[in-house]
Amino acid sequence: MTDQTAAGGVVLAADGTPLKASLNRALRRNRIRAVMLVAPLLLFILFSFLIPIFDMTFRSVDNWHVGTLMPKTSAALAGWDGKDIPEEPVFVALVADLQAGAKSRQIGKVGTRLNYEKSGLRGMITSSARKSKRLKEGPYKAKVLKMHKKWRDLETWAVIKRNTAPYTIGYYLNAVDMKYGQTGEIVMQPENRRIYGKLFIRTFAISLAITVICVILAYPISFLLATLPLRYSNLLMIFVLLPFWTSLLVRTTAWIAMLQSQGVLNDLFVFFGLVDDENRLQLIHNLTGTIIAMTHILLPFMVLPLYSVMKTIPPTYMRAALSLGANPVVAFVRVYMPQTLSGIGAGSVLVFILSIGYYITPALVGGTDGTLISNQIAYHMQSSLNWGLAGALGAILLASVLALYLLYNRIVGIDNMRLG
Amino acid sequence: MKKILKSTAIVIASVAISGIATTAQAGDLNVVSWGGAYTASQMKAYHKPYTKMTGTKINSIDYSGGLAEMRAQTEANNVTWDVVDVVISDAITGCDEGMFRPIDIDKEMAKAPDGTPASKDFLDGTLKSECFVPLIIYSTVFAYRDDAWGGKKPTSIKDVFDTKNFPGKRTLQKSPVNNLEWALLADGVPLNKVYDVLDTDAGKDRAFAKLATIKKDVVWWTEGAVPPQLLADGEAVFGTGYNGRWFSAIAEEKQPFAMLWDGQVLDIDGYVVSAKSKNLDEAMKYLKFATDTQRLADQAKYISYGPARKSSGPMVAKHAELGIEMGPHMPTKYADQGFLTNFAWWADNADEMKERFAAWLLQ
Repeated sequence: MTDQTAAGGVVLAADGTPLKASLNRALRRNRIRAVMLVAPLLLFILFSFLIPIFDMTFRSVDNWHVGTLMPKTSAALAGWDGKDIPEEPVFVALVADLQAGAKSRQIGKVGTRLNYEKSGLRGMITSSARKSKRLKEGPYKAKVLKMHKKWRDLETWAVIKRNTAPYTIGYYLNAVDMKYGQTGEIVMQPENRRIYGKLFIRTFAISLAITVICVILAYPISFLLATLPLRYSNLLMIFVLLPFWTSLLVRTTAWIAMLQSQGVLNDLFVFFGLVDDENRLQLIHNLTGTIIAMTHILLPFMVLPLYSVMKTIPPTYMRAALSLGANPVVAFVRVYMPQTLSGIGAGSVLVFILSIGYYITPALVGGTDGTLISNQIAYHMQSSLNWGLAGALGAILLASVLALYLLYNRIVGIDNMRLG
Repeated sequence: MKKILKSTAIVIASVAISGIATTAQAGDLNVVSWGGAYTASQMKAYHKPYTKMTGTKINSIDYSGGLAEMRAQTEANNVTWDVVDVVISDAITGCDEGMFRPIDIDKEMAKAPDGTPASKDFLDGTLKSECFVPLIIYSTVFAYRDDAWGGKKPTSIKDVFDTKNFPGKRTLQKSPVNNLEWALLADGVPLNKVYDVLDTDAGKDRAFAKLATIKKDVVWWTEGAVPPQLLADGEAVFGTGYNGRWFSAIAEEKQPFAMLWDGQVLDIDGYVVSAKSKNLDEAMKYLKFATDTQRLADQAKYISYGPARKSSGPMVAKHAELGIEMGPHMPTKYADQGFLTNFAWWADNADEMKERFAAWLLQ
């Protein structure tokens, strides 16, 4: 290589261009190539992950229904003081909006939205929209008030006015068991409608329990996997991976067959006289069932990181500790275990985060006290179609997972986590 | 750490992609229904003869009810479902939200063989939404294990709530719908007053209080296939379920169950057409064919749901494969022992009642 130095002291490459520029060009080319290689994955994550999350989070505050579909009423209500049923101009606007909404077949969306805040408003809106087709001329106030008793209720008007705003925190209030009171103040839901707070707490408690059980169960298995001779450990590995490759639904239903009160396990208990036939144990369709089935399903996520970390610990460390006079227990606790902490951390974060979002297994085996917040989210996505509330619940769940993750990072340090 | 993020992302992404349904070719008609024996009966009675007559291929797609998928398709402006089998309450909601096409029942649907216009031929009270063409009347009804209490047999809904004389687990749907009505019936409210009582706060409290008396004896189900299974396994002695499922457990699988028709809740199921369907003409042609008198009567040869046309009733005969008389298995025969579910009441109150029910379960 014959380095040339130009007059200004700039190092030139073989073709005469400055070396720095030519190096940069080469690096840029490499970077572009690298980006091109991961571009499919990035695009995929963008479309299947980031955009949906953003979309659902946006829905949790979006409140377009009333403002867009009842524009005249919204404008007319802007000056309403909330003390009495509004006057004729509001009703003129209302009838025009109802007629337009009935014609465009969109008015049901307003009814659905309002019904989330006050039961019965869906019926009021849709039936009034149907009847409004027959209203030819004013004055409308008396006619509308006769259509449905809820029009004569001051709270109805307060709910409509509140929801003319383009954004709402109503879904978030609902997601933390609160609501707007009659005069617009924020109050707790009545005792018999509070569910989400309890479910969030239960979800975190169950996930924590499953994580702890997984650590306790996975540790000895991983130790065996890492230390046994290859021919045994390979066999063991297959036992760990085989259920991992089996369909989730198959494994869950297999647990139902095992655990139900006329199932295999109870039959064995009765056969050996551990329980009598009348008092078979209730092991499924409750909390126990959820914990057993989910622990089994998530166990490989704990075993694999632990195993790969343990595999890298040279057996000579333990031998050294023993030869320096430590007894086996002390050597294990003080020399071996600290080296596996990164595996425990990785496995725990994986298992904990996966179990927080689990929903098929609890739905099938959870009964009433074994269902999680994700089951409510699924319910609002699929059945009640209250996507705003589903979005709010999901956003709260996402935020709390991120908070826990940051906490973990602060305490343990994320760089100490290894998957192998 | 990057590795974790990446592997987690891959897991999540693969879960997401497995949810994307395969779409069919253009020109074919996509008909969506509930799956299982019910879809099978529709294939035999509607799809096959229609394909034979017109040459149009019909893709039968299964779903588990609800409007979530329809709403997603409508919002994305990419509707692939042409004809959908829905319960009437979903038809009303979807119609009000503009997902489904309004249908002029007399002009666009077939007359009865004797020339009666369609609007007069469908059973009274079944044409509750202008987008909806009824197909069947089904009921959600109790069945019990015949061998559970020696010779003793339950005769009324009150026996379901009587855990002393009829001990054992009951399996009920994990939903307030129907259960609140049954609780009131068992508490002595007459059939025709159920929704009046339920509309008051005191009535709701009363229903939940009555339901609480059997709460610890209940196994809750969410999938329609579960209750017959639980009864067959001896996990429960009473169960609520769709009468067609009970019929196939009793008549086809010879399970030792018996029906308790008292308090049955009748509901209506039928077809809607997507407002934004890409095969609108074909879909309407299919709809007219599938909902005529002969087709509805044919379906009853395969499953014990009552046809929604009066003119189909007398044509219901024997089961096509089992050879048993279908008449005694039709919920419509026992209509006077039950009542028609009140869609309007539930449309207004489902959100609140379901939240309260979920909270009640947690207590």
